[in-house]
Amino acid sequence: MNYTILIYETQADFAARNNPDPKEREAYWAAWPRYAQALKEAGVFVGGAGLQLPGTATTLKFPDGKRQVQDGPYADTKEQLGGFFIIDVPNLDAALDWAARVPYAPGRVFEVRPNLVPPS
Amino acid sequence: MEARRAVEQAARDSYARLIAFLAARSRDVAAAEDALADAFQAALETWPGSGVPDKPEAWLLTVARRRLTDAARHARVHTEALPTLLALTDEAHDLAATDMVFPDERLKLLFVCAHPAIDPALRTPLMLQTVLGLPAAHIASAFLVKPVAMSQRLVRTKGKIRDAGIAFELPEAKELPERLDTVLEAIYAAYGSGWDDVAGADPRRKGLAREALDLGRLLLRLLPTEPEVQGLVALMLHCEARREARRSARGTYVPLSEQDTAHWSRAMIEEAEQLLNIAVQANRIGRFQLEAAIQSVHAHRARTGYTDWEAIALLYEGLVRFAPSLGAQVGRAAAIAEARGATTGWRLLEAIPSEDVKNYQPYWALAAHLFKRMEQFPEAAAAYSRAIGLCEDQAVREFLTQQAAGTQSS
Repeated sequence: MNYTILIYETQADFAARNNPDPKEREAYWAAWPRYAQALKEAGVFVGGAGLQLPGTATTLKFPDGKRQVQDGPYADTKEQLGGFFIIDVPNLDAALDWAARVPYAPGRVFEVRPNLVPPS
Repeated sequence: MEARRAVEQAARDSYARLIAFLAARSRDVAAAEDALADAFQAALETWPGSGVPDKPEAWLLTVARRRLTDAARHARVHTEALPTLLALTDEAHDLAATDMVFPDERLKLLFVCAHPAIDPALRTPLMLQTVLGLPAAHIASAFLVKPVAMSQRLVRTKGKIRDAGIAFELPEAKELPERLDTVLEAIYAAYGSGWDDVAGADPRRKGLAREALDLGRLLLRLLPTEPEVQGLVALMLHCEARREARRSARGTYVPLSEQDTAHWSRAMIEEAEQLLNIAVQANRIGRFQLEAAIQSVHAHRARTGYTDWEAIALLYEGLVRFAPSLGAQVGRAAAIAEARGATTGWRLLEAIPSEDVKNYQPYWALAAHLFKRMEQFPEAAAAYSRAIGLCEDQAVREFLTQQAAGTQSS
């Protein structure tokens, strides 16, 4: 069964990605490849991606059927979607175990959802 | 007539085991319930003619399994469960043909109902429905919810179990204490507040006390050596032992300290004490053992004629450290007030953030009682008024109104 782990990051997370201090920058970047590697070695990795800063997002809406293009992400929340992993595990409990191992930083939030299976 | 009785007997004895067995294989509680309901219906139709089968449970299981596989074939999703269900065909056949007893999966079902991914407010209703087979309407009234709303919430929750793929597995050893805690809490929530101290009782959900005790005893059979399980059952037995003494012959409310101990059930107290004795020997103290120990000290009054409030206060200190719930904090303040005076007790009560106690009836009942003892009558009158306003029980409301009478002079 496929699950997606959605990773919501804080302002501090996004700032750390390009922090001029190499130590701070390193601290952000170092953990992700190790986690992805662990997923692959366990044979549960399906896919995943990190996303660029929320400021790079563009939102498309259709109020009254008319297309409206807006600068910025859709959700106006403190934490923003920063990336995701898709994993193949037998059940929710196994998915939660993997979500618990996603690199953590204060304020970071993970949401686990089963992937939709199209009607056969 | 005999066939109908046989169906009812099977429903009473094996409902939870059959549901648990089917749900553990289909991962779908709602589908298991539907399939089993169909199987019982089929039994009612065919047993009077064909006679009661040798193994009624295996017969029911075979029919329910057939319904489940048919349903899975027609379902849009969840083809994943189909191979497991087909394997179940053989299993059901084996069970019918041999003396094999089908495995007891009720513990897994209890862990699923109280899974951390399930809304805490729905864990108890879910257990009551799937494990005890209680109708949604009955559960709804105990939780002060409309029956339709309760049914919808239960359907949604079972949908989450199926769609999110919650595992029908026992937690690993390292996770067991935490996971067991949520099961114990869900059972205790059905029992209601165990805090029935000096001045204020909050006997909510009292209608489900027996059901909660049933769930507790079931869990005790399935996990016979867990001290916290023994503690929970001991706690509920102690509270249950005083059921008859909580009301006078005229139906008025009698606070714990004024109860006639002759009306307490010796048998239940005895059983509770035995369980608690076994529990503490494991040397793994926990919230429910502490709560049971508090009730055990109260129970000693039946033999000694007095209540050791200093011991109760000490146990509440421990409890507040383990589980700093509002009930524990208010209970501690009550015990300290009895042991060391109203002023000391009030100081503890006062320290609880007022935002937390806005709607907590036992807080206001105790505050009123303490103000009255400190002879601060206007404050007492105001607190009684809030306690009465938050009361859900008519007998307690009358008791508090009577207590308040002396505070509203001039």
